[in-house]
Amino acid sequence: MLGPGARSGISALPEVAWRRHARPQQCPARGARAPGVAMTSELDIFVGNTTLIDEDVYRLWLDGYSVTDAVALRVRSGILEQTGATAAVLQSDTMDHYRTFHMLERLLHAPPKLLHQLIFQIPPSRQALLIERYYAFDEAFVREVLGKKLSKGTKKDLDDISTKTGITLKSCRRQFDNFKRVFKVVEEMRGSLVDNIQQHFLLSDRLARDYAAIVFFANNRFETGKKKLQYLSFGDFAFCAELMIQNWTLGAVDSQMDDMDMDLDKEFLQDLKELKVLVADKDLLDLHKSLVCTALRGKLGVFSEMEANFKNLSRGLVNVAAKLTHNKDVRDLFVDLVEKFVEPCRSDHWPLSDVRFFLNQYSASVHSLDGFRHQTLWDRYMGTLHGCLLRLYHD
Amino acid sequence: MPGKLKVKIVAGRHLPVMDRASDLTDAFVEVKFGNTTFKTDVYLKSLNPQWNSEWFKFEVDDEDLQDEPLQITVLDHDTYSANDAIGKVYIDIDPLLYSEAATVISGWFPIYDTIHGIRGEINVVVKVDLFNDLNRFRQSSCGVKFFCTTSIPKCYRAVIIHGFVEELVVNEDPEYQWIDRIRTPRASNEARQRLISLMSGELQRKIGLKVLEMRGNAVVGYLQCFDLEGESGLVVRAIGTACTLDKLSSPAAFLPACNSPSKEMKEIPFNEDPNPNTHSSGPSTPLKNQTYSFSPSKSYSRQSSSSDTDLSLTPKTGMGSGSAGKEGGPFKALLRQQTQSALEQREFPFFTLTAFPPGFLVHVGGVVSARSVKLLDRIHNPDEPETRDAWWAEIRQEIKSHAKALGCHAVVGYSESTSICEEVCILSASGTAAVLNPRFLQDGTVEGCLEQRLEENLPTRCGFCHIPYDELNMPFPAHLTYCYNCRKQKVPDVLFTTIDLPTDATVIGKGCLIQARLCRLKKKAQAEANATAISNLLPFMEYEVHTQLMNKLKLKGMNALFGLRIQITVGENMLMGLASATGVYLAALPTPGGIQIAGKTPNDGSYEQHISHMQKKINDTIAKNKELYEISPPEISEEIIGSPIPEPRQRSRLLRSQSESSDEVTELDLSHGKKDAFVLEIDDTDAMEDVHSLLTDVPPPSGFYSCNTEIMPGINNWTSEIQMFTSVRVIRLSSLNLTNQALNKNFNDLCENLLKSLYFKLRSMIPCCLCHVNFTVSLPEDELIQVTVTAVAITFDKNQALQTTKTHVEKSLQRASTDNEELLQFPLELCSDSLSSHPLPPAKAVTVEKASPVGDGNFRNRSAPPCANSTVGVVKMTPLSFIPGAKITKYLGIINMFFIRETTSLREEGGVSGFLHAFIAEVFAMVRAHVAALGGNAVVSYIMKQCVFMENPNKNQAQCLINVSGDAVVFVRESDLEVVSTQQPTANCQSSCTEGEVTT
Repeated sequence: MLGPGARSGISALPEVAWRRHARPQQCPARGARAPGVAMTSELDIFVGNTTLIDEDVYRLWLDGYSVTDAVALRVRSGILEQTGATAAVLQSDTMDHYRTFHMLERLLHAPPKLLHQLIFQIPPSRQALLIERYYAFDEAFVREVLGKKLSKGTKKDLDDISTKTGITLKSCRRQFDNFKRVFKVVEEMRGSLVDNIQQHFLLSDRLARDYAAIVFFANNRFETGKKKLQYLSFGDFAFCAELMIQNWTLGAVDSQMDDMDMDLDKEFLQDLKELKVLVADKDLLDLHKSLVCTALRGKLGVFSEMEANFKNLSRGLVNVAAKLTHNKDVRDLFVDLVEKFVEPCRSDHWPLSDVRFFLNQYSASVHSLDGFRHQTLWDRYMGTLHGCLLRLYHD
Repeated sequence: MPGKLKVKIVAGRHLPVMDRASDLTDAFVEVKFGNTTFKTDVYLKSLNPQWNSEWFKFEVDDEDLQDEPLQITVLDHDTYSANDAIGKVYIDIDPLLYSEAATVISGWFPIYDTIHGIRGEINVVVKVDLFNDLNRFRQSSCGVKFFCTTSIPKCYRAVIIHGFVEELVVNEDPEYQWIDRIRTPRASNEARQRLISLMSGELQRKIGLKVLEMRGNAVVGYLQCFDLEGESGLVVRAIGTACTLDKLSSPAAFLPACNSPSKEMKEIPFNEDPNPNTHSSGPSTPLKNQTYSFSPSKSYSRQSSSSDTDLSLTPKTGMGSGSAGKEGGPFKALLRQQTQSALEQREFPFFTLTAFPPGFLVHVGGVVSARSVKLLDRIHNPDEPETRDAWWAEIRQEIKSHAKALGCHAVVGYSESTSICEEVCILSASGTAAVLNPRFLQDGTVEGCLEQRLEENLPTRCGFCHIPYDELNMPFPAHLTYCYNCRKQKVPDVLFTTIDLPTDATVIGKGCLIQARLCRLKKKAQAEANATAISNLLPFMEYEVHTQLMNKLKLKGMNALFGLRIQITVGENMLMGLASATGVYLAALPTPGGIQIAGKTPNDGSYEQHISHMQKKINDTIAKNKELYEISPPEISEEIIGSPIPEPRQRSRLLRSQSESSDEVTELDLSHGKKDAFVLEIDDTDAMEDVHSLLTDVPPPSGFYSCNTEIMPGINNWTSEIQMFTSVRVIRLSSLNLTNQALNKNFNDLCENLLKSLYFKLRSMIPCCLCHVNFTVSLPEDELIQVTVTAVAITFDKNQALQTTKTHVEKSLQRASTDNEELLQFPLELCSDSLSSHPLPPAKAVTVEKASPVGDGNFRNRSAPPCANSTVGVVKMTPLSFIPGAKITKYLGIINMFFIRETTSLREEGGVSGFLHAFIAEVFAMVRAHVAALGGNAVVSYIMKQCVFMENPNKNQAQCLINVSGDAVVFVRESDLEVVSTQQPTANCQSSCTEGEVTT
């Protein structure tokens, strides 16, 4: 009953059939091969008990180069001369590393998995390096997407970003997906944003803070792409984000809320309307001006300009606060700050030290205004703004 | 009921999503042993279930405990349809069955599915309560220890080495049963995995019984193989060496005592030993240098005046009275007689060991091998595997008679292998004919053995090179000279062996990997005709492989091969031969002559010129190699040797035969008759090709060495950085116009490129040596050649290497230039005092360094960084029997695992490379997990015995079978050991916790 005839009769069963015929009867692609080629490599792998990680190849992979491009780049780096290897060896080595990285990528999406998995034996220092590099991002890229909604729509724009920045599309995708993944994970979580990111993605403190800024910006959709904001670096925004998270979010008042570090404190924003009195009440505005001018007379190189501009500047800063109840205006926060404060000062050539003197005095003198009752509110607002403005004030 | 098996399922993690709707899994676990099954509760909606089950108890007899694996299946509960299997874990509980090994298996095991690979992990605790069973007729052999290691394991002492044990069991391959047509691939794969697991258990139990019969308690050098004979069945066979081992008590485990045969050794209170040098055992006795460097009479007097460090010398009486250096005919005869009697009761005086206790190996005759071509037929009655048994018995008989012809009564470094293609099977066996010292072989009480030991004779370092056969009645034409070391005994001009380099051998310079590679086309044929064709080809292949090896050895300027392994693989339309060995220059053997090229047509001027050009190239290569491998043998004038410089002449150390199914035995003389062998005649293009191919082998890049033996001669200061790896390559040959030459070139390129890739990949480890390089060739299909390499890369300290090799050379110079033993002794003593012994075992070098006052701190700084905060403990894997810079403190049991992986979505898994890469990584992971669960932190003597890969890209399918084995061990870093053993008050706790975490 086990004769060959019987077997081929049943081999129509798809799952069973191939084993029977795997060895003798197949070899399909052979005829297609060009004559004269003596041998072709079908399979070529290297597996170490400790997973080999080549940092240079990892970088090329992260940068989104294809195997062919990566081999070309490695050849250009002079590695063949250093090691006496052949191009074929380099090709095989690169393929191998790429395959390893590809397998590791799934784990890198949830870094704690990388630590607990059993398949790849990787020393802890190397694990940390893999994670840190995987989540690292390009300044040029992050500036393009900072404050944008991390959605499919934005993902479609990656093509343009890739062309504009010269970063490969593959790398752009990875960076975008990283932002999105971190966002999704920490979105609804309690506790400190930075801590959450660190705990779930095992990033260094520095990188976790950057991600906190990215998540915060994405959540509040702050506009950062306008032309007049182009002079600002990611670092500038990240600095502001940190101050705002510390002072303006729900977490600043209550550490047990969901989303506490991601969303701005709505109540606080509502209250900011109360600050309007500082510019609406003419007496209060004059008093404020005189207090600041008295204190700064002789100490400011640009005193006359300041004196002339005081009301405009103060109106600008207070109006920004008063408008923050509307989402649209929250998004334009940085545009407004630059328009209403940075640009006027810059056009008058205020040195940074003068800006600092002015802002110090401007914030402090409010405490001496007897008719003004919202001192705490003012401090919460101005304390953060003070830091942000100083950071934003550069060329 | 002699045993109670208890299993607890604790938790799972990283499970796959089985319910698309909820993105979660409702997992539960089935625990099965024999015919009993238990189930856990369903843990709803979690990818990290916490079952925390009760203890499931199985009451079973110990026969089942040995045969059956524990089978754990993780499933997803489904209310409306059948439960989906997530994957399985098979746990071999054998390590729990003997007292000294593991007591509990507890840890995270990868959940494995033959279609999807690893799918999460499960935490399991397994214990066994054994009851004493007084039944003398029991079928189990619990308590017999198994070791893959082919030397006496580090923390044991060999009381008696009983000898060869073998067994085979056969069964129908589930893949070829009728039921396979209606079941899923998963069910079929699992049936196969389970069957092989069962058969392995049964085989091990049967071998254990044989060991008990021999009154042994352990099997060393255990090698188990599968023959997938396709339609005709599945054969699982194993060979090993039965021993009676004595466990050294714990402090002694760190001492060289395990290798020392001396009784006094045992009486030394180890922990009070002030000399830190002795805290090293390494792969050999560190003190053997002292032991063997004296003539017996000297040793006696020295002992009386010796200090506490003198552990080694014993007065010799009786048979040992003739010093090895002076041993003459009468002694040899006596020895032979004694050993003969010890070995006579044995059917096959074979030993699978490749490294031996000092004094065990007396003489080495040469390589003996036998091959036989058989036609497979269906195994009708699995319980009576007579045909397979008979086949092997026949081959072993041949080996035995070959050894006899070489004047040897035993075969060491013995191994067996098969190559199967369709219904044709080549059975091969090979080993090294040797004369052994009878004292380890005799039965008797432990006391008796100790007495024996006292009478031990101490052979000189060159003793094993001396010919065991009768000079006047040589089994083959050979050219003998007086030993270049002792000048007393005759030695051959070249020595081929399958064993590791004896640790006491004097080697000049470094060794290197030497490979002979060969392909031969053959016509496709059926059955008998095919077998005949193969049988006819075999002698030619053997001959050419041998010639290639000899030429390459000469080209390297070396005179001996160790670890020789010749693999002949049969395919549909070709035969492949691959021989690997480690070439060395033995100081006792004569300097090899060069290679001469002669043309056939001397009248042609340009031809002459070409020939002389070639000759020059060859001479240059030899000179370059001598420099590269630091081979600078001392110049010795002829008078000292007392015999004329030998004419270069090729002789064979190989004696072999092929037999086909008709059992016709033909003997092959590989000695080229009377022809002057190192003259290569170039009479046609073929010969030209051969010469060219000789010169195409490029040496490894600087900083790299390679060998296929355990350790590299000439390198002895290994650091603790090791990297074990497996590399697989498959090439497809175009079927057009294949000639033998083209085929040879392809195969040669394949191997060379593979080596080049390895050197490139491991370049960050320079200076480094690839040890135990193990090539396996298979021909999975018509035009596919698959080469699998497993090896370990070990870094060494370059500065120290230079230092020791220098003294090494100096020393051999001293040895060679002084014929006077009185004079000889003095410099040697100096040598051993200043630098300890000097063919230092790898572990030893570290100890030397630590002994110096400054070395201590340095060493610790250089040791591997602590793996803090890692939740997964590091498990090292190595094909070697030791771990550099560490002591093995406990053997936990044998690891023997068989996996099948199959895919029906080959492209999606990254093609064949992606598929196999992932699978091998998974196999490593499962081995590591099992070792960790046993409480171990390393696998030694690891070997990938089989890697059968089949693909069908058209159907997007592939299947792979892998079989691996090794010994699970616990090791302790020497740096930690020192802290513990010497109880230094200054030892900071930091150093002990750094490496301590490794064991978690």
